[in-house]
Amino acid sequence: MKTVWHYCKKAFPAKRRKQTCLWALAALIGGGAGIAATVMNVARAGDREFPISTDISGRLVIQSSTDYMIFAPVIEAFQDRWPGILITYNELTTNELNGATEQACDQARFLGDLIISSSIDQQLKLVNDGCAQSPGSRVGANLPDWAKWRDELFGLTYEPAVTVYNKAFFADRKPPQNRFDLIDLLRESDTFRAKVGSYDIETSGVGYLFAFQDAIQASTWGRLVESLGRNEAQLFCCTGQILERVADGRLLLGYNVLGSYALSRIGRDKRVGLVLPSDYTLIMSRAAFISRDAREPAIARAFIDFMLSPPGRAILSRDAGLLSPIGGPDMLAQLAGAAKGADPQELRPIALTPALMVGLDQAKRNIFLQQWRAALPPRQLSHHP
Amino acid sequence: MIKPGLVPPSTNPRQSVAVRLGLAMAVILAVVLLGTIFAANKYGQDAADETFDRLLRGAALQIAERILVTDGHANVDLPVSAFELLSLARTDRVFYRIIGPDGKTLTGYGDLPLPKDDKGRADQIYNTRFKGVDIRAYLLRRQLAERFVSGDVKVIVAQTTSERVALARSITTQAVLTIAAAGIVLLLLVIVVMRIALRPLARVERTILDRDVNDLSPIDIAAPAEVAVLLAAINRFMRRLDRRIEAMQNFVADAAHQIRTPITALRAQLQLALDEDDPVVLARLHRRLHERTVGLGRLADQLLSHALIAHRADMAVSQDLDLRRIALEAEREIRAVSDEFIQVELPDEPVAIKGDPISLREAVKNLLNNALKHGATPVVLRVTPVQNGHASLLVRDQGSGITPEISGRIGERFAANGIGPDSAGLGLSIVSSVASSHGAVLVRRCTTDGFEIGLEFPVVAS
Repeated sequence: MKTVWHYCKKAFPAKRRKQTCLWALAALIGGGAGIAATVMNVARAGDREFPISTDISGRLVIQSSTDYMIFAPVIEAFQDRWPGILITYNELTTNELNGATEQACDQARFLGDLIISSSIDQQLKLVNDGCAQSPGSRVGANLPDWAKWRDELFGLTYEPAVTVYNKAFFADRKPPQNRFDLIDLLRESDTFRAKVGSYDIETSGVGYLFAFQDAIQASTWGRLVESLGRNEAQLFCCTGQILERVADGRLLLGYNVLGSYALSRIGRDKRVGLVLPSDYTLIMSRAAFISRDAREPAIARAFIDFMLSPPGRAILSRDAGLLSPIGGPDMLAQLAGAAKGADPQELRPIALTPALMVGLDQAKRNIFLQQWRAALPPRQLSHHP
Repeated sequence: MIKPGLVPPSTNPRQSVAVRLGLAMAVILAVVLLGTIFAANKYGQDAADETFDRLLRGAALQIAERILVTDGHANVDLPVSAFELLSLARTDRVFYRIIGPDGKTLTGYGDLPLPKDDKGRADQIYNTRFKGVDIRAYLLRRQLAERFVSGDVKVIVAQTTSERVALARSITTQAVLTIAAAGIVLLLLVIVVMRIALRPLARVERTILDRDVNDLSPIDIAAPAEVAVLLAAINRFMRRLDRRIEAMQNFVADAAHQIRTPITALRAQLQLALDEDDPVVLARLHRRLHERTVGLGRLADQLLSHALIAHRADMAVSQDLDLRRIALEAEREIRAVSDEFIQVELPDEPVAIKGDPISLREAVKNLLNNALKHGATPVVLRVTPVQNGHASLLVRDQGSGITPEISGRIGERFAANGIGPDSAGLGLSIVSSVASSHGAVLVRRCTTDGFEIGLEFPVVAS
């Protein structure tokens, strides 16, 4: 131990030496277990550390359902602005994240400072159950009303639910511009049998959310589900899989695909086209809250602030294709114009209100899934072409 | 003379009408304000509760409508609209619980508490705590009467209270701010009104200060009733002061006039005595000097006595007394300085009158002195019993009485024959002023065996 201390004194400058060395000592003491745990975490859930070169002045733990690659540029920019903050980014699926957060909240245990998930209904319920704390009313003051709740839950992104299509197939015909077109198209022939992809709403939180909102928004839902079922629509867990298959022609159409992934895909892949449905386009805003049991609420708050600030928004929309609720409609109109877009009047953001909890209600969910399964039996999941 | 403006008036703030009124108003306003806060708080809470309870009720009714029985089980298909309704309270968290007829939670928060005092009514609204926060909950029962399922399904919808607290606070704050603003305006108005109302007082002050120092005439300016009372009091006071000063001036003038002559005569006699060698003449001069000196002494007595009477007429408090006692005391005092015999006749019953014993005694003494000096013995002092509401005190002697000339001048300030020290004028003048200050009448009449003079008093009916 003495030698460690000695080494420590040599290695670090006098200023803040003691603190830093104590950290180092603690790290050494907890060494074996720590390394094992980290390895396990990475293996299990994708823990990523964003290390820093200067002394540590704080550590922010982010628990998120978003692909870490998407958030990396923002995190690095944040560290440029606030050097000395070590950020741990842990990526989980929405259901894992929700379960872990719920459990930690019940036990008043620390899980992460910032919880970010695209499953906004689950996020809202967590906030409703008192798992969040408010960073003050100033944070998110520029967000539109629908994109925040109770000064605790903040919508960070602006992501449309879009229809994607195989450009080669639709070279000589118009892709379906809205749900009516889609229903007609699916009814007219067998061309689309097993060639339409969508979310498996039983496993995908975002898929369920979009489906549930569809059912609320319009009467087309019943007919659409029926048409999807008759055409043996393929169901997937994730947007990436659908995009992949639409690009290579295994699928011709993808319904209710998360627009953020689609937008970045069409930017680099000429085989895929995108439509914002003109009857209405659902908009989802990935929601973040600061955990009630956060260790560094001030840093978490600064991070949210940064994501909603002009530089943060710019990085998100440029590098990650994630628009922001602030100025999102305009940018989407701009992008969608290039993508043969929709009337911005038909953009319907899913508001962060307790109404989202209805979809999570077990009884309601059962009823909804029963209707879904009646049209789309789970057997179709098993064999993706 | 000091200029009026330079004299700082005594301004003890406690005695300022403006400050008193201001304080009273402030206290009243504070009480009203406190009352308003309480009332507004209550009202605000009630109003906010009513408003937000409606949301709870509406949502519960919508949910209750969607309770179905499928496959022999009660089930609920939660309507989104119910939650959209609840979302109208923007920042409030929402909890719900639906309990089936068998008492099991169908869906929602299984540990959401039921009311502590469940009265089994169709619906009930109650406050409780859940997840560490205060909530307002609404319980609605829906009766199921299906083939396989019967009993109550309970729908509980609850919300945190932050919106209603905020609304109640806002209502209260508005009300209190309004009242406070009104209060401040009122206070300012009171100050203005007070200044206007107190303006006549300032006018009185100016009028008095602007007066000549010797001017004691009544102040005659237009004034409101309340100030007029004050003015009347001031005027009454000034009138008394005026009379007092006049009396004093008169006394000084009279005394100077009355005393100067005898003193001149005395000095002349003395001069003669100094130049005289003849013992016989000298002895006569001595005797005469003695007589003059005694006369001068009596004159001084009478002047002072008169001044005393004049003073007491204004000052003395009237008291109940027995006229017989006055007569006896006066007789005793005369007897102390004179050898003459006075016969006193008194009734058996007390003779009660109101008056000032000292001035009455002086009057009686003067009457007796006059009778002894100018009349003829025997002198009788008589008090008559009460008759027809009057009682008299009379002095009788065997002389011829006073001359009509003197009698005519009684009641003037001084019966200023003013020559001799033996003059009865001054004494009668004293008697006359005592009579007038007691509401009595100076009676005098010649009888068969002499002359009778005295005072007739009105008697208070006992």
